[in-house]
Amino acid sequence: MPDHPATTTKQTNQRTRVALYVTCLVDSLRPEIGFACVKLIEGLGFEVDVPKGQTCCGQPGYNAGHWPQARQVAKVQLRALEGFEYIVVPSGSCAGMIVNHYPKLFADDPVWLPRAEAVAARTRELCQFLVEHKWSPAVSRLSARNVSPRKTWAYHTSCSCRRETRSEEMGAQLLTDAGCIVGHMKNQEVCCGFGGTFAAKFNALSTRMGQNKLEAASQCGADAVTAADLGCLLQLESLDSGAFEFRHIAEVLADQVGSQHPANEDERCS
Amino acid sequence: MTGCTANQFVPQSETALQDSALQQALSHAQTGFVKKRAQAIAMVDDFELLKFKAQAAKRNALSNLGELLEQFEHKVIESGGQVHWAGTTDELNACVVTLCSEANAQRVIKGKSMIGEEAGLNSAMEAAGFELIESDLGEYIIQLAKEPPSHIIAPAIHKTRKQVAALFKQYHALGDRGLEAISDLVNEARSVLREAFLTADVGITGANLLVAENGSIAIVTNEGNGDLSATLPRVHIVVTSIEKVVATMEDASDILEVLARSATGQHMSAYTTFFNGPKRERDVDGPTEFHVVLLDNGRSALLDGPFEPMLNCIKCGACLNHCPVYSNVGGHAYGWVYPGPMGSVLTPLLQGLDAAEPLPNASTFCGRCEEVCPMGIPLPAMLRQLREQQHQRKLEPFTWRMGLSLYSWLSTKPRMFPYCQWLLRVALKMLPKRLWPAGRKPIQAQGNSTFMKQWSQQSDKRSQSGE
Ligand code: SF4
Repeated sequence: MPDHPATTTKQTNQRTRVALYVTCLVDSLRPEIGFACVKLIEGLGFEVDVPKGQTCCGQPGYNAGHWPQARQVAKVQLRALEGFEYIVVPSGSCAGMIVNHYPKLFADDPVWLPRAEAVAARTRELCQFLVEHKWSPAVSRLSARNVSPRKTWAYHTSCSCRRETRSEEMGAQLLTDAGCIVGHMKNQEVCCGFGGTFAAKFNALSTRMGQNKLEAASQCGADAVTAADLGCLLQLESLDSGAFEFRHIAEVLADQVGSQHPANEDERCS
Repeated sequence: MTGCTANQFVPQSETALQDSALQQALSHAQTGFVKKRAQAIAMVDDFELLKFKAQAAKRNALSNLGELLEQFEHKVIESGGQVHWAGTTDELNACVVTLCSEANAQRVIKGKSMIGEEAGLNSAMEAAGFELIESDLGEYIIQLAKEPPSHIIAPAIHKTRKQVAALFKQYHALGDRGLEAISDLVNEARSVLREAFLTADVGITGANLLVAENGSIAIVTNEGNGDLSATLPRVHIVVTSIEKVVATMEDASDILEVLARSATGQHMSAYTTFFNGPKRERDVDGPTEFHVVLLDNGRSALLDGPFEPMLNCIKCGACLNHCPVYSNVGGHAYGWVYPGPMGSVLTPLLQGLDAAEPLPNASTFCGRCEEVCPMGIPLPAMLRQLREQQHQRKLEPFTWRMGLSLYSWLSTKPRMFPYCQWLLRVALKMLPKRLWPAGRKPIQAQGNSTFMKQWSQQSDKRSQSGE
């Protein structure tokens, strides 16, 4: 495992506290994505906090119709996420849950509804946050790394980024701004077939949907696939026979700002 | 009622995925619908405004449903027709059979009607000894094939041209002929059906809209078969359902504005006809009897409940055409007359939650159906609500119920949750490959430990180094 740059509280002009809501999938399966997020957010000069109380946004239960339980789960997340200027989520799906569905869960609860709405208003899908704060590889004061040979990325606009957080174009923009070659994948508005429990309950169907997506990726000449949702990436990775590299958009962008982290420089200076 | 095999969705969808002819038929037709709709919508200045007006017309109608239906009945009678109320599909079938018997009918020609499909009208008519011929080309094809429709506006979309040609050769004794082009098929069907139109005693059609202010019914088709079925025979029977009523002609036209664009990507369907009562003295053609049979079949019970938005559905089929599940498995996998997202909501509502357990779950919640639905029906939310009802009634599989409950419970325990995350990492490492779902390669956790663990270790290091 690479030695992670110390993701410390950087002395910045902005003392805005940003919470990273890492999501349960990233936390357990792809911790690297979490560190990539930290690098990107700190690169913008923010102080990153990873609230300890966070677990899972509650989507599995919510989508299965277990609403009272989903409310309990949501309350735990809300408690952990209150009080931050921003909550950044490297997943359109989990961000969408907090932004669009928490307020619905508490629609009849005069105490929790305002709390849910307050957190919802401060929550951003990662790409949204980066675009909102004008991220580019240059803001990290390090020139873009020359990655060679250069890959062609198929950017899968996850359905949640498209229809929950409406940030699908931001992801494409960020990749291009960061100097990545992005292939034009057809049928971008079509689902990859993940859908949480759907993939397990309807494996054959989910498999076909994923294969269609991989075919679109290979048709656009890509050798790597990226997305802002780890669920989609894992779905596609599990169906790929080794043709593609799969990386979360946070990792792809973080890579473009070089291996050196500004925080490391600060440490050396001190 | 047509048998419902929605509970067999999983095996049915798996069969569909392996059916290469079906896959071929689906891929052609599907992309056509999607492209045409997009073009049709790009051509109007403000499709959102059209949607808004159509939805307002419907909302108004549903909030005055009882009154409007009474007004509609009154106007139909005034124009010389009759209205019959059918609470259930059996009542509808019995009513139509009686009307046909009273008319001394032998031959019945039928236009496309989803209500007819919902009621299983064809088999009821055949059982009662009538000869019934479908006049819509797609319906005619599946009547020959003895299959149910697989799409609400394109019933034979699952058939390739080759398959249709083979069916025609089997059923039409017309000797050796080439049936390669679509036009050959259409012409042959037309000549066979012409005979039926001229000799039928009764014409049965569906209706897209019922207009309360004047008792008119609107039929939208692209082949004109609906018009012929309605005007040539002596008796015209309209089988339709209560939620199709709107207050005024203007409301009807607001809905028609979005219907064809959403359905086939046309500005207007080739034939949009309003029928009003039987033939009058100075009319050149038309039936001598005009009947409207209004089906409820559980619809009025949806009013004022969480599923009321479903009554806004104008059966345009856009949600089917844009659904990634429907486009991969086609309509038959859904096991009843209404497939795709609208079917996954309607089938459990009309057939019972336990008769269609998989359907509300067979969605990734990608949200594309809601995006394209001209009537603004929140289909994913409806599906989620159905899942909630399944959960309440303990209809979900036990292992899922328990597994998800356990996960939710753990998610409320921030201290315990990290162990569960750690366990997941270990489990993935230990899980033998054969336990992975077929056709998938195992996913492994990366890194030494969870993000939260690594993060807190780093934070500790940092605080020790005195930062
Ligand atoms: S639910 Fe909406 S998109 Fe689907 S058929 Fe009905 S009106 Fe059309």
